[in-house]
Formats: sequence, structure tokens, C-alpha cells
Amino acid sequence: MIEAILNYEFLQNAFFSGLVIGVIAPLLGVFIVVRRLSLIADALSHVTLAGIAGSLYLSQSFATLALLNPIYLGIIASVSGSVLIERLRRLYKHYEELAIPIIMSGGIGVSAILISLASGFNTDLMSYLFGSVSAVSRQDLYVVLAIAVVVVLFLILFFKELFVLSFDEEYAKASGLPAKWIHLLFMIVVALVIAASMRIVGILLVSSLMTLPVAAAMRLARGFKEAIILAIVFGELAVVIGLVSAFYLNLAPGGTIVVTSILILLLVILIKKLVLKFSIKTEGEEVL
Amino acid sequence: MKKPLIELKDVSFQYEYTQALKNISLRVNEGDFLALIGQNGSGKSTLLKLILGLLKPMSGEIKLFGEQANHFKHREWIGYVSQKSNAFNSGFPATVEEVVKSGLSQKVGLFKRYPKDADFLVKGALKDVGMEKFLKRNIGQLSGGQQQRVFIARALVADPKLLILDEPTVGIDRENVQAFYDMLAHLNKHHNMTMILVTHDVDTVSDRVSHVACLNQSIHFHGYKNDFDTISEEQIASWNGHSVRKIH
Repeated sequence: MIEAILNYEFLQNAFFSGLVIGVIAPLLGVFIVVRRLSLIADALSHVTLAGIAGSLYLSQSFATLALLNPIYLGIIASVSGSVLIERLRRLYKHYEELAIPIIMSGGIGVSAILISLASGFNTDLMSYLFGSVSAVSRQDLYVVLAIAVVVVLFLILFFKELFVLSFDEEYAKASGLPAKWIHLLFMIVVALVIAASMRIVGILLVSSLMTLPVAAAMRLARGFKEAIILAIVFGELAVVIGLVSAFYLNLAPGGTIVVTSILILLLVILIKKLVLKFSIKTEGEEVL
Repeated sequence: MKKPLIELKDVSFQYEYTQALKNISLRVNEGDFLALIGQNGSGKSTLLKLILGLLKPMSGEIKLFGEQANHFKHREWIGYVSQKSNAFNSGFPATVEEVVKSGLSQKVGLFKRYPKDADFLVKGALKDVGMEKFLKRNIGQLSGGQQQRVFIARALVADPKLLILDEPTVGIDRENVQAFYDMLAHLNKHHNMTMILVTHDVDTVSDRVSHVACLNQSIHFHGYKNDFDTISEEQIASWNGHSVRKIH
């Protein structure tokens, strides 16, 4: 595999994009999970699909747009979706979760229309749905790197505020934090990461890379920074194992990455249970 | 004359269909330890939200540290301990140290990292509430009373001039309530920290407080604790709408 990566540009693109996404998706995922926003990531990924389908339709209909990279319309759709979700959440203050099915079904509905207009599925669209090792272009890699820089800058600038907001929203507001604006920026960054991750993991599975490594990390971590580090380690493990197996078994990387993430999660749950059982048994024997 | 930290003049607030507060005038001076009591639905939380800037009054005027509340910039001067029950998710992966350090966030300001002495300040705040041994423990593994102490440490770490506690004794065992008040009285006296303690339970108001205010949409009493003690339980019950038992 290493030799193949050195020889083939498409593998370099896929591998390096995967490594970057393996860091930024779980990094933001920790905030998404602790703020109970996991389903919002799903809704946004479905809106991104509408942008991708729209771009594929436009490239079929207008020759001048044939070379347009669908990631750009995907990003625009995803970011617009995040702003819309926030507006809906404010409109339905007592039923904030209503924003998720509204945006999700809207995204799928528009996608279905655009896919029909573009005369159904093609291989390109399938690669967006489930990820692809061969479809990542050098341009995609640059977009992923640019989004990673935005994510890291955002977290450096707002880490402490995001922690306060995630841990105790009421306290954050009471202490004068501009909670509304930080949350909106956060949602936009989440939308960017979703758009960036779709080439590798696929739109339908992108939220899993933001939540599964975090779910495993939360079983082990005592503190927040520990949870972030563990989530990134699990995310990277899933991406590397998933990409390598996708390459050798000729499978969609989205599927292999998600299945690896689930295996890591199951392993962590099992190890934690065994450790707990062992420590209870040892304590019991000491008491006797 | 003591400096007023909070001044409310004829403040009224109404939710869509309900009048929550009517012509509230209240003054809290530097060094006061005020117990604000009122039954559920009396407008305590609304009053707190108005003071904290989370709501805007329909009419009247609110001044914080002598400045109009809507122009007040030094939010870090006000420490706030919200009701534990609705404040956080107990499965949150955070250590006591991380939670307390987050109390410095507003003081440090946007785009800046925590100062180098942040760890020292965190340890100091935890020592003040007797929780220094729990620095690296997960917040969710602590008892209700211990969590409440951690939240107070989070408010103290920024060295506020005014500490507002919303129903702080909820979740604390009856026998530990007095020790809790002792700790607050220590902070009030030795750190010259002005305190507002909000509670629905008259029974929990101890002799440690200096002033009492009774709220039920409007202020029915505001004065020294000693004067409050001379008021009959029946009188307080008529303000509150249910029977009460005072502790002395």
C-alpha cells in the first residue's frame, strides 16, 4: 500500500484527505456529541447531497459548468443548511429538534428531484454517497486542507467559549458570552467539515465519523481534553484501517471506515466492561 | 454609605400572557448577604434573568455597579451559580479542573488563552469550597453537594464582586446545608463578597444571611434578617401563598 501511495496521485489524495478528516471530524464531533447535536450532522449531510446533486445536474445541463467541482455547491448547500437549522431552532424554541426532520427531508426531497432531472444515479453520485478511494482529486485535497485550517483556527480562537457553551449554556449566556454568534459559527464550521468529509466517507456516512470515535472516547475519558485526544486516535485508526481495507478489498471506504469505527466502539465497550468486572472482583476479594 | 451593586427601580416584566414581576424596587449593597425568597412561580428566576441581562425589563430601570444594565460590560464581576439540576449533563466528560477553569473564560476575554496562573487560581477556588482533592475527578462522579461546590468554585475563580446562587441547597443533604451556609458566610465576610441567594424554601434561610427579600410578583418585604425574624410565619405565608416554618 505504501508503494502504491508513493506511485499513484489518486491514492495520495485519498490517504492524505482521510488523515486530515480523521482529525477534524472527531475533533468537532466531541462538541457535537456533548451538545446533543449528533442528528444535526446527519441533517446537514443530507442537505449537502442536494448541493452535490444540483452540481451534477448543472454540469450535465450546461457545458460551461461541466468541470465544476461538486464539492463547492455541496459546501454552499451545507453552510446554508446550517444557517437555516439555526433559524428554525429559534422559530420553534420549545421544539428545537423539529429543525432536523424539516431540513433533512427538505435535503433528501430536493436531492431526489435533482437526481431525477439528471436522469438517475451515476457512478459519480454513488461515490459521493458512500465515499471512494479513487474519486478524490488534488483539488478536493486542497479544499479539505483549507477547511482543516479553518477548523483548527476556529477551535484555537473559541475553544474555551465552546467548552463553556457545551457544558452549561445558561451559565455561558449569563456570563455575557456571545452564545448566539459562537453557536452559528460552530454550525457553519460543522457544515464545512461535513462537506469536506463526504469525498472519503460519503454523504450518508459522514456523521458517523463525527460521532462513533467520540462515543468510544467517552467510554474511557475522564476529562474533556482526554476525550478529544482519544476521539482523534480512534478516528485516525478507523480512517487508516478503513482506507487500507477498502483499497485491498475494492470496497467503498465509507462502509469500511464506519464498520471499523463500530468495531473499535464495541472493543472499547467490551474492554471497559471487563476492566470494571475485574476491578469489582478484586475489590470483593480484598474485602473478604 | 455602602456602594449599591444592584439597583432596581419600578421594574416590571410580563411574559406573553402572565405578569411575572410588578414594580420591583430593590437595592443590594456591597457586602450584603441577601436571601431572596419566594414560592415557585413568584418571579425569582425572572428577576435573576433580568439582573443577569438574559431578559430585558418591560419598564423600569436596572443598574449594575452604578451603570445601566444594558451598558454594563464587566459581567465577570458577577458570579452565577445556576440550579444544578437543569445546568449540565452528568455524562459530560469533564474534570473538576476543566469545569472550574472555564469560570475564567469571561474574565480572560474572547480570542485569548487562559493565563499562566490559571491552574493556581483553580486550586485556590477549589480550596475555598473544600474540594481541592477532587481536581482530576470527573464531574459526573461527584455527589450533588460536591457538584454544587464545584460550580461555586467555578464562579469564585474569576474573583467576582457579587455572587448569585439560584437554589443552591437543592441536592444537598439536610445535615450538610448548615456547613454549606458556613462556607458562603466565610466567603461573604473574608472575601467581602456580596451574595444573593435565591430559594423557594424559607426553611433553608439560615441566620448566616444579613438581609431577606420576599418576592411574589412584587417585593413584600426587604430588610435585615433580624427584622424578618420578627415577622410571623402566618404573615409570610400570606405573601407566599402557603404555610412556612422559619429556622432560627
